[in-house]
Amino acid sequence: MSVNERKSQSDLKLIGTSRRKIEGLDKSTGRAVYTDDIVLPGMLHGKILRSPHPHARILSIDTSEAAALPGVHGVITGRDMPRVYGIIPWTPDEYPLCVDRVRYVGDGVAAVAAIDEDTAIRALALIRVEYEELPAFLDPHAALAADGSSPYVHDAKKDGWNGNITKRVHLEFGEVDGLMDASDVLVEDNYFFEGTTHTPIEPHCAIGLWQAGGGFQDADGATTGKLTVWSSTQVPHYLHRELSQVLGVDQAHVRVLQPLVGGAFGGKSEPFDLEFCVAKLSMVTGRPVKILYTREEVFYAHRGRHPFHMHYRTGATTDGKLTSVDAKILLDGGAYASFGLVTAYYSGQLLCAPYAMPAYRFDSTRVYTNKPACGPKRGHGSVQPRFAFEVQMDRLAEKLDLDPIEFRRRNFIGSDTRTINELRITSNGFLECLDAVERASGWRDRFRKLPFGRGLGIAGSTYISGTNYPIYPNEMPQSAVQMQIDRSGRVAVFSGASEIGQGCDSLVASIAAEELGVPLDYVRVMRGDTDFTPVDLGAYSSRVTFMLGNAAIDAATKLRKMVQEAVAAKWEVNPTEVLLAGGMAMWSSDTERQMPIKDAFNIAESMFGALGSMGSYNTPKDVHGEYRGATIGASPAYSFTAHVAEVEVDVESGMVEVKKIWVAHDCGRALNPILVEGQMEGSAYMGFGEALMEEQVYKDADHGRAGLLNAPSLLDYRIPTSLDTPELEALIVESIDPEGPYGAKEAGEGPLHPSIPAIANAIYDAIGVRMTRLPFSAPSVWKKIAEARTADTLRKPLVPAGDGTLTDNPARTAPAGAR
Amino acid sequence: MGDMDSVELLETKFSRRTFIKGVIAVGATATATSQFLGRPGIAGAQTMAGSAARLITLRVNDQDRPVDVLPNETLAMTLRYRLNLTGTKLGCDRAECGACTVLVDGVNQYSCSMLTHQVRGRAVTTIEGLQNPDTGELSTVQQAVLEEGGFQCAFCAPGFIMSMTAMIDDNPNPTREEAAHALSGNLCRCCDYDKILTCAMRAAELARSV
Repeated sequence: MSVNERKSQSDLKLIGTSRRKIEGLDKSTGRAVYTDDIVLPGMLHGKILRSPHPHARILSIDTSEAAALPGVHGVITGRDMPRVYGIIPWTPDEYPLCVDRVRYVGDGVAAVAAIDEDTAIRALALIRVEYEELPAFLDPHAALAADGSSPYVHDAKKDGWNGNITKRVHLEFGEVDGLMDASDVLVEDNYFFEGTTHTPIEPHCAIGLWQAGGGFQDADGATTGKLTVWSSTQVPHYLHRELSQVLGVDQAHVRVLQPLVGGAFGGKSEPFDLEFCVAKLSMVTGRPVKILYTREEVFYAHRGRHPFHMHYRTGATTDGKLTSVDAKILLDGGAYASFGLVTAYYSGQLLCAPYAMPAYRFDSTRVYTNKPACGPKRGHGSVQPRFAFEVQMDRLAEKLDLDPIEFRRRNFIGSDTRTINELRITSNGFLECLDAVERASGWRDRFRKLPFGRGLGIAGSTYISGTNYPIYPNEMPQSAVQMQIDRSGRVAVFSGASEIGQGCDSLVASIAAEELGVPLDYVRVMRGDTDFTPVDLGAYSSRVTFMLGNAAIDAATKLRKMVQEAVAAKWEVNPTEVLLAGGMAMWSSDTERQMPIKDAFNIAESMFGALGSMGSYNTPKDVHGEYRGATIGASPAYSFTAHVAEVEVDVESGMVEVKKIWVAHDCGRALNPILVEGQMEGSAYMGFGEALMEEQVYKDADHGRAGLLNAPSLLDYRIPTSLDTPELEALIVESIDPEGPYGAKEAGEGPLHPSIPAIANAIYDAIGVRMTRLPFSAPSVWKKIAEARTADTLRKPLVPAGDGTLTDNPARTAPAGAR
Repeated sequence: MGDMDSVELLETKFSRRTFIKGVIAVGATATATSQFLGRPGIAGAQTMAGSAARLITLRVNDQDRPVDVLPNETLAMTLRYRLNLTGTKLGCDRAECGACTVLVDGVNQYSCSMLTHQVRGRAVTTIEGLQNPDTGELSTVQQAVLEEGGFQCAFCAPGFIMSMTAMIDDNPNPTREEAAHALSGNLCRCCDYDKILTCAMRAAELARSV
């Protein structure tokens, strides 16, 4: 029997209603505890010395003066932790602190623990590092073309290889060239997505505590100790493994604690230098050590969205069907692999829905450059190609004289099907999403018909509800939850999932309450501690609701059945006739026959002994093809999204103002609509920020120090404020997924994808200018406007009549004064 | 020279230290010292030449709080690491994000960019001071945030809640646009602005009905 017993909304009490988060009171009173709020007795403060060079050999490091400074308790360098690691097991290429080479401005070189921050900073100034500077690769094209005449960012694994290449993926499905040649219309363009970064408001923070001895032994029986690390990570389980591996401490003696996390967005989804350094410094000093990144260090830690240089060619037939898609992508990866192997695959693999593609090819190459490493950011690897492709869709619709929403409908892939790259699609509410934004935005009366300078744009997308396979190969569950019932009528839930603001603690609490019939405030969630919570792999790839939710249902259902059985035996009725709801156990045939849930729990404990259960979830394994790379992009379910954006463009300044965004998202079932809306709004606004204002860019040697971040501050790296964010309407679409918990799918990342191309397409509708490079800042839009003026194309596009003719629009040209 | 470069580059050049040096011109380096260990006397943390902690009394959340404070110490450091009022958050430590917002004489201020000595004799209110200590009753703003389910990770929430409190005191009947303007000095990266503004409007409504 399926773990997930599907239920109709009428069967559900809590699930499907808007409820505040269980930690809401703590968060509104300032009592919520984040990592930097924790102070341990005798705690030292750590600081990391960072490289001023983008690429250099470390010739020597002299720490003697620093170590002699009063107040300094310990100094470490890369040689104290010379074990290579990497979040992806196939591409380990980094050390906690650099051993013999620095690869970006900001790479960690040494670390100090001292009695306070000032002393630690002064000690850093006393560390003498002798560098031999090397030529730096800042441009990914130069990195790709490198011939070995200067050292690669990483040494080549084989003679004759280009060591700057992290990963090349070339996959081809169907008759790409033949179908392309046979297409009636073709569009072809270059696109550039500038890198962006996460900027969670909580800077990364970690505390290490090494307790030597204490009876702890390693596998050989030698006395070691116990390592405890508190961290703002979003992947405590992977951190647990990497700490053990790098520091050589038995995993059984490593404990990772995760206080509440103050935002992550993918920026805390692998180990960082600070976690290893606090651990090692605690081992060296015998005292707990804390490191809190400065805001500038958060920018340099990065692991944000890769800059993508993309070339797309897409064909269609005159009746509006896609024929063939051909993509070539260069990913600017920065100094380390991070998740880059996956990013290279995602850059192509996640494009194959919601539209049916008869043929598809992508060729993606990720190169190393001497800049902070890129990694996963909300919508990992697929936001950039989605921008390019949805702009191509808009161009094709125009060439075909079709309404762009109608064009998308005609190419809808459907539900219960496979994509061209053999990914299994189950539930699919994309058409309902298109309908919802079309209706809400007044699309039919307004598209192409608004006055010059005003425009509407549409885009669609899909995203995974978790990745089908864990980062390190294993057959164990992706998520697990433990529940226990106590005699007071309470339920304790032990969850290893990462609460980063998305509401996963509230999710498991509401599932326990729903299934066991207790009030929500009778559920306690014990979380964020690898010593006593079962493994959940982490808050990444939009996996938590789907996988943790199913695990929680599994655990709760097992307990519910025991309680039902015990009560049924007492009442001499069928167990399925015992309902648990509203703090009571009731007989379904006569609800007057009831008892308090506490009494029901006590009867069950009398019958079965102490009541506890484990639940887990693992993914189905038949949801993808057999080719190399087929598993990457595979997911048990896919979410779908459509956006309409309305913009106003000032052709004199190039300023783009987004007036309103309509976002419709198929999340399967909204288990808690207020949280789903929050994810949809947060995603759409984050995409809006990337579209208009955000760019993580570096200086080259002609503009200051090569490799130095242009704007490592929240004043210069602009993120949306309450004044910037446009009005937004979040429209939830529920397709009820057959395998999701109560039918739910993801909502945390999918809704970001179409926001950028919807804005790009709206700019085109407003003034007839195609934006192909991000961000659409005033200078870049103005430049395009100037080109359009010269070419005399600055006007609203023609209205598609749908019958092969184009209708002129009286309001389509720029006012005389604006030309 | 690489070593000095690196420190200059990543610590001094852009740090609060320089900010305060430049803007407030207090002389010696202004990074809070001994922030995690309490008094600087512990473990001999007399780090800055000529700097010595001085015992002063602050008025925080309607209580007199004697505390040792360095001449160059920021209010955020004093609140968080000496008085354990950790509801006040540090997100940037240089007047960019607003997570450290507190009220000084009823006006919302970035506590990371004020020296503690500046607030002697003035009333400081942190998020811990909003709830009624006797009854546990939440302030109207806190109540509105709880009811409307605003904020996701909520690291920015204390700063926003303090700014909302100041806003309503100043303008008890704000429009949504006025609220957006009043809260524009606080950043929320979860981008929960829509719900935050709903909280602000609800808070104003609750405050008017009290």
